[in-house]
Amino acid sequence: MEPFNEHKGLVIPLDRANVDTDAIIPKQFLKSIKKSGFGPNLFDEWRYLDHGEPGMDNSKRKINPDFILNLPRYKNGSILVARENFGCGSSREHAPWALLDFGIKVVIAPSFADIFYGNCFKNGILPIVLDKSIVDEIFIRVDENIRYQITVNLRSQRIYDEHKESLDKYFEIDSFKKSCLMEGLDDIGLTLKNKTEIQNFEKNYQENFPWLKGE
Amino acid sequence: MASTLYEKIFKRHVVREDNDTFLIYIDRHLIHEVTSPQAFEGIRLANREIWRAKSILAVPDHNVPTTDRSIEIEDPISKIQVETLDKNCEEFNLLQFKMNDERQGIVHVIGPEQGSTLPGMTIVCGDSHTSTHGAFGAIAMGIGTSDVEHVLATQCLIVNKFKTMRINVNGNLQNGVTAKDVALTIIGKIGTAGGTGHAIEFAGTSISSLSMEGRMTLCNMAIEAGSRVGLVAVDDKTIDYIKDKPLAPRGALWEKAKKDWLNLVSDKDVIFDTEVEIDGSLIEPQVTWGTSPEMVSSINSKIPNPDHYKDKTLSSSYQIALKYMNLKPDTPIKEILIDKVFIGSCTNSRIEDLRAAAAIVGAKKIAKNIKLALVVPGSGLVKLQAESEGLDKIFTKAGFEWREPGCSMCLAMNADKLGPGERCASTSNRNFEGRQGQGGRTHLVSPQMAAAAAIYGKFVDIRELN
Ligand code: SF4
Repeated sequence: MEPFNEHKGLVIPLDRANVDTDAIIPKQFLKSIKKSGFGPNLFDEWRYLDHGEPGMDNSKRKINPDFILNLPRYKNGSILVARENFGCGSSREHAPWALLDFGIKVVIAPSFADIFYGNCFKNGILPIVLDKSIVDEIFIRVDENIRYQITVNLRSQRIYDEHKESLDKYFEIDSFKKSCLMEGLDDIGLTLKNKTEIQNFEKNYQENFPWLKGE
Repeated sequence: MASTLYEKIFKRHVVREDNDTFLIYIDRHLIHEVTSPQAFEGIRLANREIWRAKSILAVPDHNVPTTDRSIEIEDPISKIQVETLDKNCEEFNLLQFKMNDERQGIVHVIGPEQGSTLPGMTIVCGDSHTSTHGAFGAIAMGIGTSDVEHVLATQCLIVNKFKTMRINVNGNLQNGVTAKDVALTIIGKIGTAGGTGHAIEFAGTSISSLSMEGRMTLCNMAIEAGSRVGLVAVDDKTIDYIKDKPLAPRGALWEKAKKDWLNLVSDKDVIFDTEVEIDGSLIEPQVTWGTSPEMVSSINSKIPNPDHYKDKTLSSSYQIALKYMNLKPDTPIKEILIDKVFIGSCTNSRIEDLRAAAAIVGAKKIAKNIKLALVVPGSGLVKLQAESEGLDKIFTKAGFEWREPGCSMCLAMNADKLGPGERCASTSNRNFEGRQGQGGRTHLVSPQMAAAAAIYGKFVDIRELN
């Protein structure tokens, strides 16, 4: 995983609440046994007018000209801003894989669903929770300024823009998640450093709860 | 200090603690074909081993056809995924119920059915509806594929502790009101993000009077209320259900386990972060009308009018939903005509669900406007049981199709799906746009309500049926 330090990018506004992971990446694409290649099918049912299936040549499909991702002014955007409860529904990690493959590095919303939130960190995407009023303000700024950009600094937990009246906000993040993301750490490697501790725990545990050994 | 059920189980599993981050030990790992291939690949690439293969139970369910299984899976990509699971289970020597095994079924149905789900456990699966298993007084939660790999390699998971929420439902449920209606009522009340960051314990007399099947239906939909973990305290019903299941402990171990399990309840004077009260006797049969499970009403209400809501985000969500669902504000729910009916999914495909649906069907036939009515049992064993009771005959005589077990039209990864614009009464758990097929329109209901919708071609109040 790539370490995350600072990111400056163009903001894409997705003005919807409760965006679920079925919408982020529809189920037919979950048949893949790989982690990559989901980008062209991110938001497939909103992005294209025809029905998408794995293996199709997406460049030949009819795109939905009204969908936000298809508007030229948001081309190459890497920061997605949306409304409440983003990423609800299925636990599919294909959702962050698709976002990442498309080029999204940061997702901003007033709230996220738990599993999706955690899955983002595992893949180097930074999900940022901001007050509803600030998210509202970002939506207004994106609307009023063509190619509106935001900078996110993870170390200082700050998010700011270069607008006349600068937006400059502090955001909260769990310190463990922050350090994993900043160092691009593989948390399996990290956990396995405690191998003996886990072994000792397991031994004890199986003595106390012998019916859970699962023989 | 007094603790909640969630805290009691959590504490038993803490391997280490750093600030607010915990390494917890996992007892049971359930695996299916869709969210595991990349995890196994990761294990192989890093040259790691599987920590405790015996903790794993694997089954293909999302992608399997529900039609004749003696022929090969038609969709080549689905086939590869199912075969990949076979290969991984062989390579790592894991217990799997393959597609043609009579014990195969939806992962959340077979776990409890096999006694692989036990009280006090931590249970994970790369699937958000893992919350189902919390009905047994276990911490059961859905995880992503990276975490699947983490558990395979370490038998542990890195987590933060959830806050606790207790939802008290008291009073006698009316005849015809089921656990599904309780779940939908709760979601309608607290919203799909209401339980975010919380472990929800369902308590009260309405809950303790539910069967284990009903409790599973309820915990299953904790995730639709935003909570990864749903729990019900252990009681005699829990113990009776588990007794003699193939993987349950026996003899002296059983006695020891039973004694421990009966302590798995929240302490009397414990304080939850949030408490919610619901009068169970007032709950009516529920029908969702929108594209989020919180967009739900009682059978006798009308579709809400988005113009009547001041909150802009809410009003615009309602508008988008009604447009997608092709429904007009203020239409009575009872006037909505249905094209297809789906009885199945990890929410409502257990034997009790099929019995209840069959009882509504009786000797009647499905309505003319119903193009397809599917019954998909949750597992091969549920199917056999239902057939031994003659339920399959009741369904097929009425015009339903009787299928092989799997996720089927709950998420339409296999051939069972809605066409664009088709409207379905479904016993599953998600009414998201396109969930049951692109352009398909889903109304979530109980098995009884779905069966009645098949017979009458529209939604009816099953309390008014004889
Ligand atoms: S039945 Fe539906 S919700 Fe349940 S595991 Fe299968 S796809 Fe998921």
